[in-house]
Amino acid sequence: MRILLGIGGADDSLQALARTVERAVEAGDELTVAIIDEGGTERSVEEIESAVTETLEENGVDAEIRYVAGDPGSKLVDVAESEGYDRIVLGGGTTSPMGKIQLGSTAEFVLLNSHVSVTLVR
Amino acid sequence: MSRNRRYPDEIAGPFESPPITFEDRDGREIDIRAHDGSDEEYEALASMYDAFDPADRAQGIPPSEERRIREWLDNILCAECLNVVAWDGQTAAGHATLVPDGDAYELAIFVLQAYQEAGIGTHLMKGLLGYGAESGVEKVWLTVERWNKAAVGLYKKIGFEVSDSESFEMEMGIRLSDGSDEGG
Repeated sequence: MRILLGIGGADDSLQALARTVERAVEAGDELTVAIIDEGGTERSVEEIESAVTETLEENGVDAEIRYVAGDPGSKLVDVAESEGYDRIVLGGGTTSPMGKIQLGSTAEFVLLNSHVSVTLVR
Repeated sequence: MSRNRRYPDEIAGPFESPPITFEDRDGREIDIRAHDGSDEEYEALASMYDAFDPADRAQGIPPSEERRIREWLDNILCAECLNVVAWDGQTAAGHATLVPDGDAYELAIFVLQAYQEAGIGTHLMKGLLGYGAESGVEKVWLTVERWNKAAVGLYKKIGFEVSDSESFEMEMGIRLSDGSDEGG
């Protein structure tokens, strides 16, 4: 499958990265990683990028890395639909102090608008 | 995720603090008390959540499996957390909690299915907010699924106002003090 993984700076994105790369090794997925600059998250774009390259190298996966600026949700959907991806993968949300799952605005937009299947990693 | 949340300017309440005893609409005598930190109460809460109908879960809580329930309870029964329980004798019928989040607290409330629609939620909410005000809590927020009209109605009746309605779930806030009085 051709997978478009969108990741930002929150913990759920790093979990999605690890699991998606593992699955790419098992299933032979063709992976593109889109780094989203959301601003105001725990990690900078540079930190996300180094986590991505490290995970890819550890698992021996070759993936294209892209950068998504502007409105990340609509950009991800546009890229996935116009370039023939089979699936968009995103982090499954952060948790509140109470433990409630909270979806970010990017995931909400993608879920409601994408005509390509979407996976949220939990 | 830390962000600026909005709260009403006006102070809500006052709310009576626990212990509170009342007869519910089904004639059961219900006691609302602050959680005493004992193992017995912990186990009663674990049993309540074990019996909880998954259809009433909200944003993934309460979790549905015993190990996860206990992990979650350990988190929300933390030393700085404020918890009140509605008791029908030895049975935990409902539970409401305030978990610290920066300078505010996040609230959640759960009533066991057999005890719903008997007025317990309202008393439990008021008891928790009374306990919070007494403990110096200034601001409280919560999220609720927008389709959950019963819950939204209860929160509004008590004084919560909608602070963010742009996400899947709606955020509401209430102010218990203006911060000039540190409380008890």
